[in-house]
Amino acid sequence: MTRDRRRKLVDGAVRVLCLLATALALVPLGLVLFYVASRGIGGIDAAFFTELPKPVGESGGGMANALVGLACLFGIPPGVLAGVYLAEFGNHRFAKLVRFSADVMSGIPSITVGIFVYTLIVLRTKSFSALAGGVALAVLMLPTVTRTTEELLRLVPESLREAALGLGVPKWRATLRVVLRTAAPGIATGIMLAIARVAGETAPLLFTAFNNAFWPTGLAQPTASLPVQIYTYAVSPYDEWHRKAWAAALVLVAMVLLLNVSARLLVRHRVRSR
Amino acid sequence: MMQPLQSSALLVRPATSARNAERANARASTPAATDAPKMRAEGLKAFFGNVEVLKGVTLPVEEKTVTAIIGPSGCGKSTFIRCLNRMHEVVQGARVSGKVLLDQQDIYGTDVDPVRVRRRVGMVFQKPNPFPTMTIRENVLAGLKLNGIRPKDPEELVERALRQVALWDEVKDALGRSGTSLSGGQQQRLCIARSLALEPEVLLMDEPCSALDPIATARVEELIHELRERYTIVIVTHNMQQAARVADFTAFFYLGELIEYDSTDVIFTGPSEKRTEDYITGRFG
Amino acid sequence: MSSLQKHTDREYEAELEKLKEQVLLMGARTEELLSQAMRAFAERDAELARSTLRADQQIDQLELDIDHLCLKILARRQPVASDLRFITSAMKLVTDLERMGDLGVNVCERVIELSAEPPLPATTSVTRIAEAALAMLHDALDAFVSGNTALAEEVVERDGTVDAYYAQLFPELLQLMMKDPDSVFRATRLQSIAKYLERVADHATNIAEMVVFMVRGKDVRHAFALAHGDG
Repeated sequence: MTRDRRRKLVDGAVRVLCLLATALALVPLGLVLFYVASRGIGGIDAAFFTELPKPVGESGGGMANALVGLACLFGIPPGVLAGVYLAEFGNHRFAKLVRFSADVMSGIPSITVGIFVYTLIVLRTKSFSALAGGVALAVLMLPTVTRTTEELLRLVPESLREAALGLGVPKWRATLRVVLRTAAPGIATGIMLAIARVAGETAPLLFTAFNNAFWPTGLAQPTASLPVQIYTYAVSPYDEWHRKAWAAALVLVAMVLLLNVSARLLVRHRVRSR
Repeated sequence: MMQPLQSSALLVRPATSARNAERANARASTPAATDAPKMRAEGLKAFFGNVEVLKGVTLPVEEKTVTAIIGPSGCGKSTFIRCLNRMHEVVQGARVSGKVLLDQQDIYGTDVDPVRVRRRVGMVFQKPNPFPTMTIRENVLAGLKLNGIRPKDPEELVERALRQVALWDEVKDALGRSGTSLSGGQQQRLCIARSLALEPEVLLMDEPCSALDPIATARVEELIHELRERYTIVIVTHNMQQAARVADFTAFFYLGELIEYDSTDVIFTGPSEKRTEDYITGRFG
Repeated sequence: MSSLQKHTDREYEAELEKLKEQVLLMGARTEELLSQAMRAFAERDAELARSTLRADQQIDQLELDIDHLCLKILARRQPVASDLRFITSAMKLVTDLERMGDLGVNVCERVIELSAEPPLPATTSVTRIAEAALAMLHDALDAFVSGNTALAEEVVERDGTVDAYYAQLFPELLQLMMKDPDSVFRATRLQSIAKYLERVADHATNIAEMVVFMVRGKDVRHAFALAHGDG
């Protein structure tokens, strides 16, 4: 009996330790959310979303969307196709190189990516632009999308590929229309998470899209974005702008949180509907 | 008086032996033009890299019959059947030498498209694998849709295919349900319907009942009996009683070689090779 | 039976062994019953005849037991090839043995009737048939045990000899009956006994034919009759 009781005690003790560790890990997140919410809630009102000189919510949000949209355009198709290539031909030497590069890329500091795109595009075109911003974000998204796609394609059971091949379907069409279609929900989730990650990036945008106090008239012009706006307001000497920065930060955090949560809910919904 | 051949009636259901007799008569009365086998392997060798998995197999597959391939694990029976529709080479590093004739034409000839071969020689796998993202209706039509073939009357095609596998009555009101919402036996029949929708000439079945319960197995076996009228069937099975119940001809493989090939009655009442005898009576393997 | 290897499933192997033992036991009992019946005949011993015919019960019971065992093996093991031939042969063999037991009983009954009467000179001819038939049975059972198809085929040939002996006996008895009408009762009894023994030889032939089928998968029954168009 004592052995059994001892085991139960140890089990209970470890359980408590794990709970404490989890609580400890959640403390920073809790603090950030609480702090941002309490500081930011005061600054949010109707005017906040529409005023131009301090265009934080709407324009910042709207333009951030444009930037993110551009990032998706530039980042998702190559990422998915690269993922398909890696999953199908994963053993070639070139594929191993690609995979290695993707892993390295995902570790590059975002500010470095910003400088890279700055050198590549901004200096050439001699202006900051939404295009450059989009490219920078795309480069940040690319490794995540690629690896997620590859992993999910590998998870598709071989039996489905075989079934398609057994029906006399050529390999490329089998991959695209059966395998990819089966992995699509998972890939979509991965993409959403990648978007959520880049939506909050500030550093690369400092060098590429820069900022714009006015509504931009095209993609080739510098564009305001939420993160950069927050930065600008935060480092300013005005109290009013500090309040706006907090409000913007709250909006940004809320957006990212919303993206993450919807991605998770989508997964659960898909799993349950099977 | 009880004949030795009739002692196989203990293994084969009485209705089947009557059917066998009928069919033997029918075959005897058809003209000799159908004498050439539908498919024939000649000196077929298969490799995984440098490992020789099939060591020169020569074997006919007679038209509109069921040929069973039996043998212990690792004897090459799955490899053999996958060579019949050029699925073996899909695996990296796999290759084939020798010939496989379909209607006297070598499917491994230099200008033969493996994809076209697979449309004439369909395949059903061990684990039922309906496409999970498609409905029942879409699954049946998948072979056509994925090949860019537009059927003239898809609804009629779906009904015909599902009737052939005795699934129509069970699912006709639920064609829009996901393919994976069916039971195991139903899924396997759906996969058979999917293959049949392409109207192949030969149907290869790789242990189709391994993942099914006995009743579902019996249904699939009954289906094979009926399909025999229109299609040539090759079935790999590790269940000898199934081979005895279902097949007209049986081939015994061991360690990559064809040991014996004969009519099922002969194999199961008096095989010529001792190794065949030992395997089927359970003295090894 | 034809393979030297044992079954992977030892229980199955044991069941087949048991079946073989039971068949041999039944064969031994039948041989014993018949030779005792013939001894009773030679010694005109009604008491021996009476005790002998009671032994037939054991033979009948063995038939039931063996059939039951065969049924069980068929249901549970789905035997094929050599095992299948062995079991189906055993089932038929056992029928022949049981009939031979009954024939032995018939002989005993006739012996009891004859022992009350004075002896008849034709007994040696009958003994000749008995010896041949019993030898055939013995050899057929030997062939079954050892799988010796050559011996079995030889047994099949010997049936002709027994038929010949019987054919010779009949006119001999007829002569006897015509010469001495008093002997009709005894002569007909002798003729019956000879007939029973000739049937024993036929059954022994059946056993030998089943042995050939069991070992070689070749059905040699009715070969002579079918080849020569006899009924």
